[in-house]
Amino acid sequence: MKNKAADHRRKFLKSSIYAGVSAIAGTSLIQGCNTGASNAGEKVKLLTTDGTLVEVNQSNLTKMSHQPVSPDEARKGIPGRHFVMVVDLSRCRNARKCIKACDHHHQLTPDRPFIKVLRMQDNKASSPYWMPKKCFHCDNPPCVKVCPVGATYKRSDALVLIDNKRCIGCRFCMAACPYSARVFNWGKPKPQKTDHSYSPETSVPSQIGTVEKCDFCPDMLRQDKVPHCITACPNGALYFGDQIADSVTNGSETVRLSTLLRDKAAYRYHEELGTEPNVYYLPPSDRLFPFKEAPEGQPS
Amino acid sequence: MVKEKLFLNDQFNQKVEKDLLAHLLPHKKVGNIFIFILLAIILVGIYAYYRQLRYGLIVTSMRDYTSWGVYISNFVFLVAISLVGSLFSSILKLSKATWSTPLTRISEIIAIAAIICASVIIIVDMGRPDRFINVLIHGRIQSPIIWDVIIITTYLTISVLLLYISLIPDLAICRDKLTDAPRWKKWFYKVFSINWHGTPEQNNILHKVSFMLSVMVIPVAFAIHTVTSWLFSTTWRPGWDSTNLGPYFVSGALMAGAAVIIGAMYFIRNALNLKDYLTDKLFDHMGKLLVLLSLVYLYFNINEYLGPAFKMVGVEGEHIIELFFGKYASMYWLVQVFGLVLPIVVLVFAWGRKPLPMLIISILVLLGAWFKRFLIVIPSLQHPYLPIQDVDESYRHYIPSWEEWAITFASFAGCLLIITFLVKLLPVIPIWETKKEEGGEPKQLEV
Repeated sequence: MKNKAADHRRKFLKSSIYAGVSAIAGTSLIQGCNTGASNAGEKVKLLTTDGTLVEVNQSNLTKMSHQPVSPDEARKGIPGRHFVMVVDLSRCRNARKCIKACDHHHQLTPDRPFIKVLRMQDNKASSPYWMPKKCFHCDNPPCVKVCPVGATYKRSDALVLIDNKRCIGCRFCMAACPYSARVFNWGKPKPQKTDHSYSPETSVPSQIGTVEKCDFCPDMLRQDKVPHCITACPNGALYFGDQIADSVTNGSETVRLSTLLRDKAAYRYHEELGTEPNVYYLPPSDRLFPFKEAPEGQPS
Repeated sequence: MVKEKLFLNDQFNQKVEKDLLAHLLPHKKVGNIFIFILLAIILVGIYAYYRQLRYGLIVTSMRDYTSWGVYISNFVFLVAISLVGSLFSSILKLSKATWSTPLTRISEIIAIAAIICASVIIIVDMGRPDRFINVLIHGRIQSPIIWDVIIITTYLTISVLLLYISLIPDLAICRDKLTDAPRWKKWFYKVFSINWHGTPEQNNILHKVSFMLSVMVIPVAFAIHTVTSWLFSTTWRPGWDSTNLGPYFVSGALMAGAAVIIGAMYFIRNALNLKDYLTDKLFDHMGKLLVLLSLVYLYFNINEYLGPAFKMVGVEGEHIIELFFGKYASMYWLVQVFGLVLPIVVLVFAWGRKPLPMLIISILVLLGAWFKRFLIVIPSLQHPYLPIQDVDESYRHYIPSWEEWAITFASFAGCLLIITFLVKLLPVIPIWETKKEEGGEPKQLEV
């Protein structure tokens, strides 16, 4: 893994152009250098990280596909961000498109979904509602506290991720998580198609005997995109954004986070446990849809 | 008169040596059949583990909600059993209960066997045993699992030392007297008796060291089971979220430990013909001790369940209903009645403290202790804060697979095999302590 990371960095040096060198972690080629430069013989000036200016033949440069960061780099958060999710319970009708998109993106089988949609009923008098549930990416995460090897960790951008190359499979985190957010690879995961190496930011490929969970799609966040479940929701029930920027989006509208939470009386599940989740819920009042029981055949 | 006494002492000591060394000499074949059966059980367990390594933990019945199963409950059971070593070689010794002296060696042997098997079982439970080294490379002291790793290794070390230190004079006796033993045994006795000749200086060192160890082992023994209880009480789970868990586990462990000793006494006294040393009187003492320990455990049991059962808060209440009236009710009440209440009732009567009733009671206590740990681990996991939905029906239940049973039985067999091996190698009743005590104050032999 170390070698791959080093290789990675070398490629990065080769491909960064002097005009636009910024200090983002070594991931992608900064494009734009080949505008009007189809000539094979054309030289491009590049700045290496030690400050030397080099001229490289344009034809020697290859455009890199987007590579997820290495497990070591995935331990650092994206600087200056604090990601949050808001779930508007009044808009969820158990369409399960978020689960589908998530399963597809993370190449999951139905026996270990990262997202579950629970049928909740707070008391006998109130109507049932659907509750999409992922990892809450707690600010005081029980799973991180109990992990004996630091395989699951908290980042500066609020994400809680798992390094499945370090996980020893003790499942203490599963016992500790009060929200049952974690799934385990009890058997060999079905072969997954991927053209890049493992990263905790993609959770692909899965490994037998290790824990997994919703990761908030950090590979998408690095590209300034939102997680797959957000865009998949047909009803705009899921908002995602940045607490520091104070804005969240559900794909069609972008709103101010603090206003949304205040005006809609947002709450978090089991606040009394002190886990400080980063997933807020808006109460299921003034619903977009009447509650309908799950169809036959859906696991309950 | 004095001369007479000395002569009798001498005679007594010779008899003690002869009796207590007898089982170390080559024997009838009965023992071999026992060992063969144990090995067969272990082989089946190894095959089950091979399947688990090959296909993953999918061969168990554990799934995402019931993510810990009999491996963990059996681990807790074995750790509990291991506490017996400290009970005899420390707590009873320091409180000058001299009647317990014949039981110190066997209790230390059982403690070591149990702790070794507990360590093996916890590795069996790991999804990635190939990455065990990560515990050393990336170990985080904040994690209760690391506390457990540290305390288990410490307790194992002290237990081995406790066993060994008190063995040295006996190994010297073996070295001197067992001239007919196989060569490797003679070599073993010679090397490990480290030139012991019972000089006053040697005796002095021995007493100091064993006193220090027996003091040191108490906090470590309490810690080992308290830390094991913290694996549960440091999590956010109804049923485990209890400050009572530490003493509850420790008291249950001491009770199970006493029961194990009673069982071991019964079999050793019959198999090795040691009725003169493991006397009916000793069973009587053990019975009284077991009643005391059971009463303490009963107290912590009531303390553990009364509060939650009175309040019936949310999921915690559902968990209590599941135990008292739900699908675990029959197991729960069998365990509480036959594993806890009945032993107390039977053992308060003198007839209940005869060897055979004691054996039956100790088996009940042990079965109760094993299933009690099952009841502590599994139902809690099946009552998370958010409901179990959107998963396959099988995720709601847990009935261990044959692989899990095979490995669990193999762990018991492994435990018994280690005990058998050590009993065949070491004097199972401390000879020098028996000689010294009864030889120095020969009350029974006084003329």
